[in-house]
Formats: sequence, C-alpha cells, structure tokens
Amino acid sequence: MKEFSSAPLLWIAVMLGFAALPILPGVPDFWITLWDYIGIYSLVAIGLVLLTGVGGMTSFGQAAFVGFGAYVTAVLTSHFGWSPWLTLPASLCVTGLAAFVLGLPTVRLSGHYLPLGTIAWGICVFYLFGNTEALGRFDGISGLPPFTLGPISLIDSRAAFYLIWCCVLLAIVLSGNLLDSRMGRAIRALRGGTQAAESFGVRTAQAKLTVFIYAALLAGLSGWLYAHVQRAVSPSPFGLHAGIEYLLMAVLGGSGHVLGGVFGAAVVAILKDHLQSLLPKLIGADGNFETIVFGVLMVVILQFARQGLWPFALKLLPAPKPRRIEQSAAPLPRRAVPEVGSPLLQVEKARKVFGGLVAVNDVSFNVKAGEIVGLIGPNGAGKSTTFNLLTGVLRATSGSILYRGQEIAGRPARDVAALGVARTFQHVKLIGRMSVLENVAIGAHLRGSSGVLSSMLLLDREEEERLLREAAMQIERVGLKEHMHKPAASLALGQQRIVEIARALCLDPALLLLDEPAAGLRFGEKQELAALLSQLRSEGMSVLLVEHDMDFVMNLTDHLVVLDFGEKIAEGAPASVSADPVVLEAYLGGVE
Amino acid sequence: MNSTIALFLLQDGVINGAIYALLGVTLVLIFAVTRVIFVPQGEFAAWGALTLASLESGATPGTALLLVVLGVSAAVVETIRERASMRPARLGVMAVRDVAMPIALLLIVSTIAPTKPALWLSVLLTLALVVPLGPLVYRLAFQPIADATVLTLFIAAIGVHFAMIGLGLIFFGAEGFRNEPFIAGVFPLGPLMFKGQSLVILAATAALLAALWFFFEHSMLGKALRATAINRLGARLVGIPTRATGRIAFALAAAIGALSGTLIGSLTTISYDSGFIISLKGFVAAIAAGLASYPVTVVAAIGVGVLESFAAFFASAYKEVIVFSLIIPLLIWRSLVTAHHDEEEE
Amino acid sequence: MSGPILELKNVSASYEKVEAVRNVSLQLDRGSIVTVIGANGAGKTTLLNAIMGVKSASGSLRFKDEDIAALEIEARVGAGLCLVPEKRELFSTMSVEDNLRLGAYRLGGGAVAEGLQQVFRRFPRLLERRAQVAGTLSGGERQMLAMGRALMSKPALLMLDEPSLGLAPRIVKDIFQIIVELRQAGVSILLVEQNARAALHVADYAYVMELGEVTMHGRASDLAADPRIIESYLGLGGRHDT
Repeated sequence: MKEFSSAPLLWIAVMLGFAALPILPGVPDFWITLWDYIGIYSLVAIGLVLLTGVGGMTSFGQAAFVGFGAYVTAVLTSHFGWSPWLTLPASLCVTGLAAFVLGLPTVRLSGHYLPLGTIAWGICVFYLFGNTEALGRFDGISGLPPFTLGPISLIDSRAAFYLIWCCVLLAIVLSGNLLDSRMGRAIRALRGGTQAAESFGVRTAQAKLTVFIYAALLAGLSGWLYAHVQRAVSPSPFGLHAGIEYLLMAVLGGSGHVLGGVFGAAVVAILKDHLQSLLPKLIGADGNFETIVFGVLMVVILQFARQGLWPFALKLLPAPKPRRIEQSAAPLPRRAVPEVGSPLLQVEKARKVFGGLVAVNDVSFNVKAGEIVGLIGPNGAGKSTTFNLLTGVLRATSGSILYRGQEIAGRPARDVAALGVARTFQHVKLIGRMSVLENVAIGAHLRGSSGVLSSMLLLDREEEERLLREAAMQIERVGLKEHMHKPAASLALGQQRIVEIARALCLDPALLLLDEPAAGLRFGEKQELAALLSQLRSEGMSVLLVEHDMDFVMNLTDHLVVLDFGEKIAEGAPASVSADPVVLEAYLGGVE
Repeated sequence: MNSTIALFLLQDGVINGAIYALLGVTLVLIFAVTRVIFVPQGEFAAWGALTLASLESGATPGTALLLVVLGVSAAVVETIRERASMRPARLGVMAVRDVAMPIALLLIVSTIAPTKPALWLSVLLTLALVVPLGPLVYRLAFQPIADATVLTLFIAAIGVHFAMIGLGLIFFGAEGFRNEPFIAGVFPLGPLMFKGQSLVILAATAALLAALWFFFEHSMLGKALRATAINRLGARLVGIPTRATGRIAFALAAAIGALSGTLIGSLTTISYDSGFIISLKGFVAAIAAGLASYPVTVVAAIGVGVLESFAAFFASAYKEVIVFSLIIPLLIWRSLVTAHHDEEEE
Repeated sequence: MSGPILELKNVSASYEKVEAVRNVSLQLDRGSIVTVIGANGAGKTTLLNAIMGVKSASGSLRFKDEDIAALEIEARVGAGLCLVPEKRELFSTMSVEDNLRLGAYRLGGGAVAEGLQQVFRRFPRLLERRAQVAGTLSGGERQMLAMGRALMSKPALLMLDEPSLGLAPRIVKDIFQIIVELRQAGVSILLVEQNARAALHVADYAYVMELGEVTMHGRASDLAADPRIIESYLGLGGRHDT
C-alpha cells in the first residue's frame, strides 16, 4: 500500500469518488467507456513503468503481449465456447510463456540494442497475428462474448468499470509491494548497471527476466479484459504503433512511479479521444492525425521533463512517511570470522592482458585475516584492473587468486560476493533516487531469500524487517544515521562513498575491498573513516584498499603493495616502502 | 524452383538491397555523427517519392507547404528557447533561411508544377524541397537534447517518426502513388531481363556510395563529420561546431532519403506510411554492421534484400516476420561484442 | 606583451549538487606558465573544463580582456584557447596526419601546411608515424599527438591536463622539456599536474587546489620551498625527508 501511504485519507476519498462515478446520475456513457479503456491501458502502462522506469529496459513491444492475452481468450471463447472467466489462466499462461521466450534473448541485449530488439519482435508478432488463418488474419475475430456474472451481463460499460478498475487496483498494490521488497530493490538496482548489483549477489539476468515477464503478464491481463470489453480482436491494436503509444504513457507518467503509469494512460487516452474528434474536422480529412501531437509530446517531454509529469503531481502531496525500522527484529545470522593472521587472500602471478597491452603483469601478494593492506601506485599503474580481477569483474588471463583456499579467479562477481568479499566502487554506483536505507539494504541481498510472489503478497515482512534493521545498523555504524531516509543522490560525493561502505558491510564480509574510499572526503571525514576501518580490523575484518591519498594509507595500513606499469615494484611495511628509492622514482617522475 | 526464377529473385533482391543499403548507410552516418538512431529515415524516402509523384501529376507537392510550416516552427521555437543570447544577425539568418526561402520555394514550385516539369527538374525540385527538412527536424527535435543518452535520443526519434507519419498524412493524403521510371523498358542481359529502372538504381547507389566515400575520406568537412562521430568532445576541442555537423548529417540523410525515394517510386507503390518498413530493413543491415561500418552495411543490406525476395517466394505471408526475426540474433551478437568491448575499456 | 591573458574571478562549477569548483580566482600573465596542483578530485580538471566551456560555470571568465563566459567551446577555440584534456580525446580511428589537420579546422587552408611543418619539427616522432592510426600509438606518442593537434590551432593559451599521466619517467621529462620550449615560443600555458614536483619546476606561478577551492597560491619557486607543500605534495606521505 506504499503508493497511497503519503496521504491515505485523500486516496480513500479519491477512490470512493471514483467508484461512485458509474452510479452517479448524469455521468455520460462515453465518459465511463473512456475510463474503462483508461483502466485497460493503465495495466500495460504500470507494467511498462516497472520495466522501463524501474528496471531500465525500454520496450516498444508491450502491445504484442496485450495481443497474446486477447487472442488466447478470443480463440478459446469463440472457437471452443469457453467462458471468459475460465480463459484468464490460459491467457496469462500463454502470455507468460511468450514473454519467457522473447524475454530470454531480449534481457541480454545491451544499451540501445534492447529497445531495437523489442521493435523487431513487436513487428514480427503483429505480422504473425495478421497472417495466421486460425486468428482470422488481418480481420481478426469478432462476436466475442461479454463478461457475465451469474445472470448479470457486464456488457454495459458501467458494469465492466468495476471489474477493470479492481484489476488496476490489484496491479497497483501488487506492484507497489514488489518494489518495496528484497527482489524489488534488486530490480531497481538494475538501472544503475549490472555491475554493482552483481557484486552483491543479485542475479541480474534473472531479475531482468522476472520484471519482463511481470510486465508482460499485466499486458496479458489487459488484453484479456480488452477482448471482452471490445468483444472483437484484430491485429492493429497490438502493433508497433500501439506499442509506441504505451511507451508514451510510461514516459509521460514518469519513470519509477506506479501511479504515474495510470496518470500517463489517462492523459494519452483522453487526449486521443479529443484529438480524434477535433483534428479531422480541423484538417478536413480522415486519419490518425493524433500521432503528430503524440510524437511532438514525446519529444517535448524528453526535452523538458525527462522524469515525466507524475513527479510534479507528487510534489503537491505530502511527503511519504519514512520507513519505520523495527528495532525488535531478530538480527541476521553472521558469518564465521576467520582466525586473525590466517591467510585470507593469496594472489599468485595474476596477469591481465588487453589486446597486446599487459595491464597487470604477474602480480603476487597476500592479505592475512585481520589486516589492512593498501594497493598503491601512480595513475594508470594497474591498481583498478587488479581490483577488478579480485572481484570477478574481469577474468584474469593467467595466474591464481585464492580466497580462503578457494580459487576465485574467473568466477562471476556474485559468487565472489557469496563467499564473503564485499566491495565499493571508484565511481560511486548507488541508485540516486532510492533512499540511503534501500541502497544499503541491497548489500544484504544474499542474506535474505524472499522471492517475487511472497513479496507481492507481503509474506516476506519478517525477513524484510530483519534486512532493513541490518541496513539501518550499518548506516548508524558509519555515522550517516540522519541521512538514512534521504535519496542517495542528495548526499555529497564523499558521503556517498561512505554509503557504499555501509552497503558492503551489509554483506557481512570477511574481506572488504575499497576502491579509493577517501577521495572527496574532508580532513575530518578522512579521520573518521580511518577510525572506522581500524575498528573493523579490530573486529577481525580484513581490508584491501586502493588509494591515492598517501597520508591516509601510511597511517592506516599494515602492509603496502606498490604497482607501477602493471608490475609490483615494492611491498612491505608503510615506513620501509615510503623510503624505497624505486617507489620514489615511480611517484615523483624523472624530473630532478 | 528453377534457375531462371532463382536468378530473377536474386536480381530483385539485389535491387531492393541497393535501396536498403542507401538507407542503412544513412542510418550509420546519422548515428555516427549525432548518436541518433534515426528510425524515421524512411519517411524522407516516402516524402521524396510522393513529392516527385505530385510534380509528375502537375500538382504542388505537400512538402512545399510542410517546409514553410517546419521552417517557421524552427525559427519561432529557437527564438523563444534562446531569447537570452539571440542576436540580430542570427534572427536575420533565420528569417531568410527558415522563413523567406521556404516561402520563395513554395511560390516557385507552385508556379512550375502545373507545367509538368521535365524529370530532371522534378528530381531537382524534390531535393530542394526535402533536403532542408532534414536540418529542420534535427533542430526541432534533437539539437536541444544533443548530449542526452543514446536511449533518450532513440525514444525521441520514435516520437519524431510518429509526428512525421502524421504530417505525411496531412500533406500527402492517404493515397499511394507510383512514379514514372527514369528509364522505361527492359533490357536483356544473357538469360536475365533487366528493367531500365533497376539499372538506374544500381548505378545511382554505386555513385552515391562512391561520393560518400570520397566526401568522408578526402574533404575537410567530411573528416570533421567523422571526427565528431569518433570523439565528440575531441571535435569540439579543435573547434568543430558539432551543432552544425548534426545539421549537415541530417541534410545528407534527407538528400539520400529523398533520392532513394525517387528511385524506388517506380518499383512499388508509396504512400505516406511506406517509409517505416523500408527503413527498418535498412536498419537490419545497419545493425549487422554495428551501426559503424559502411561497407558491411552495404553487404548486409543486399543480403537482406535477397533474403526478403526469396522469403517472399516461399512464404510470402511471413516475409516480414522472417526478415525482422533476423534482427534478434544480430542484436544478441552485437550485445556480446559490445559488452566485451566495455570490459576492455575498464 | 605583459598583463593577464586569462583572468578568473569567483568561478564555480558543480555536478548535480556537488560543487566541484568553488569561487576560484586565478590570473595568468601573457607568456607565462601557471600550474594548478592538488590531489585527485580536487577540482583541477573541472576548472580547466569550465575555462574551456566544456562545463558550464558561474563567475567571471576573461580571456584577452574579453568576457568569454557566454561563448561556446568552438568560439573559445576561435579566440585562441586550447585544451589538451586528460584523456587526450584523439580521433582514434583516423591517421596521425588527419588528427593534426583537424586541429587547424578553424584556420583552414594555408595554416594547415605551415602548422604541420612546425608540429613535425617539434615532434619528429609524429612525422615518422604520420600515416599510422592514432589509436595504435603508444602513451607518450598519444600525448605528443594531443599536444601537436592543439598547437595546430595556434593557441594563445594552451591548457594541459595531466600531460604526464601514465607516462614513463623518461617520457615525462621530454614532455616537460617541450612545455618549456613552447613558453619560449610565446605560448602561455596553464598546466594541471599531479606530478607537483615537475610542475613547480617549470612553472612561474602556482595555485594549490583542495576540495574545489584554491587554498594557496604564489610564485612556483616559493611554493616549492613551502613546508606545507613539501609535506602534502612533494614528499611521499609526509615521511620523505628531502
């Protein structure tokens, strides 16, 4: 119910008023019909908001899934005489299957290839509908039965209104619940790229496919309703142009807000209704001239309000109450801490070659449990590449990397994470629109297990409270308590780095990998960070950090490894390294 | 199926492929310079064909009025948008280029059109009317968001496609047209019969591709466009005005689009919404080339043409399905290649 | 030939809400080398980008006694400003010679041939490689090409962002030698460097940036002797005892 939590009384009033619309005297029929269609479109738009705005996958092919839902029930009711109610599971199954088949390749497409792919299958599905004999070719199937409820037929638009809007309400609530959960955070993390999410154990391909299928199911539900409200199906409402209109609804409503989808659907439907009666008169010819307005609208929104229009409406409402942290929730189980001084990480002749360039040249070093090791060197020395080899982001060309005796070279980032290695990023990878709390909670992804269904049905609340309590604890530990409920993007860059450390701590790691944690911090903040890291060390945690700030490294670390041009040129205690002439030459250059 | 049919299908495929090649190369060009995946490229082709058809029938083409509408819109929108830094000289340029010239063109065309001008003059007029539309579309839709992500620009391009389809309907009506061939008649060549127009298409495509190659390899402006494509910031730092390069790219796109429209107009019936499907086939080729390589685009485009022509013979109802399903594996392959690339840049 | 060629007053620039450069004032006299030193993330690159127009900024920016704050990058290049960015931003799939020719895009015609001659004289290495594709050059050659391309536009003020970045010490030496030669040829230079020792060695005047602000400035030789600078930037973690 999060969607309505900011002003519950207001929303209840709105819903009651809305529900009264069909029974109020004097409300014209075409109004109700229009709102019926708005509801039908809303289902698709809500799915698209999740897919595009939340999951970062832009689809122009959503209309195809509406088509699957509609054609399945059309065939079953008209050819086989099924009742429309019985066809719903079939419609959803077929749509889900189609989404699975199309989604498997689609979610693997990167960047702008993904929307291009949706256009391709969007067109294919349209021509398949239009060329298949059993589906009535381009004429489609007509004379479908309306919904009936016992003796009552829902043929009347006023009766169908309640069915449709109950579906919409259900979709809003389920989608809201989903977003506000462990899997929801994983899906929302997709927008920040897959690397960060994978580093905390999120199976990003699976999360993408999940949201893809969920969006398709909502479209299928919409198609099922459409078929029996329209009582006819033909290919054109399921073609690419319809798909573009659905995307316009999502873009208009704004990414990231479920209710924005409903808003976008309403704007597009109402606009279309008016334009279709106005423009032909104005122009003096028949045709779908509203596409001009829609096209221009799309461009204008992108030019002036890339976040859509719903955020403007949200500003008028009171801010939602921050999430309450259940202090009584049971703490999450901890990982066994390795014995201090035992070998934790052993890097043996790690090598990485890009094309012909040797970025990391047979580098070897060790990290023992309970020590802080610094990896230093001038810019371009290969520190970041080494770091990425350890975290599974890059695959070593040769060499071995043992973590607690296990080979981790070449294993994907999420496996490394599952073993208890957590990291931060040189370029902060937080989801700016999510709160600090939610960002940090992603770190605890592997410590929970709730799936999509249980979160939609709110069966995950106990685990959810434990995860959030853990996140809140780690935020407190790094000293950002007062910022917990702010969007991550509103923090200064240095603080965002600290948020990343809190997120890493949420994984309950034995080894913490920090990529330039002190960059952008003020002097006092650096001291606090150093104190925090020392504290962690005393609790038995090991830290490997890449850092530029020499003061910071010298005073904090137990051991230093110096890289230059991809090779290890020195290692040892900070004091001995800083006096090493080879290191001085590398750092200060050849200018006397 | 015997060898005559096969040869006929092959010939048909190559001819269509040549057109797809022109569109595909243009898509690569626009993407390289502006990062816009310009879906509506086909609309320029349709507008080219329809403009020529109007002139052939002695009517004033809708593009003439459309040019005035877009010109005035661009002038007004830019004046409002940049009112703070607007200087009299700039206003003067816009008044002449965006308002006076289109009106003058409209007057000239409406005077000449009823005389049913000769083919060469009609083609010239068609270019004069369609080419300026390219930069106008760029200024109105893309220039203000030139630094946005590829995805945002792509969604904007879809919006532009929507708007251009609707405008095409207003200014040309829903009716389809077929142009006169440039060279009528059929020429035997061994066992094959070549339509005159087919030869024109092949020759024109080859000539255009050669001209493009020369432009990009040997002219300073062409190199500047390439430089913008390779490294936008680098280009700005050496003083290449990237706004202007965007406009030039769109002018080139409109020119090639209009020319390909006049070429295919006699092979198939063209209406206001025919461009989309044609350009999507150019797209398949452009994607096969990773939106990067011109020669690969040309080869892939001819492949698409041939595939389509054989698909039409064996399963005519599903020919679009076959051609467009091809994109998915291509996209997956491209995604894998690019992902690998990103990793290396780390 | 004296007086400031570049004058900044209270220049600020921010990314989203983070102010990367705050109220920076700076002056660069004609024919001099001024260096800006500071740690990673101190805002040095943002400052150069603000001067060049790559990054929008507030405050007063005067170049050759004219206000350039409202000018586009292209116009600033035309006025004689030139930036060699940290990432070089070469046209990687074009030849060395084409890269250089494009450097003179705004001058055109005769300036190209003359400029090419001068650049090849200064960087004989580039002459050897003139037909090679820029992306295949070594790190040092890429830096030379980036500087050569910049010189093609005949800049009055050359801004160099971390020219020694990622280069071997011997090549760093060459690059700094060339910087000195350029000054002798009358080019004013604004140099941003992490290699503070080398930068202070060649510069006339220096500014120190920390967290987006100028915290110290003075004659380069004075700063090089200042204990605070030695501690923070010239030694290694303050433990280096020279």
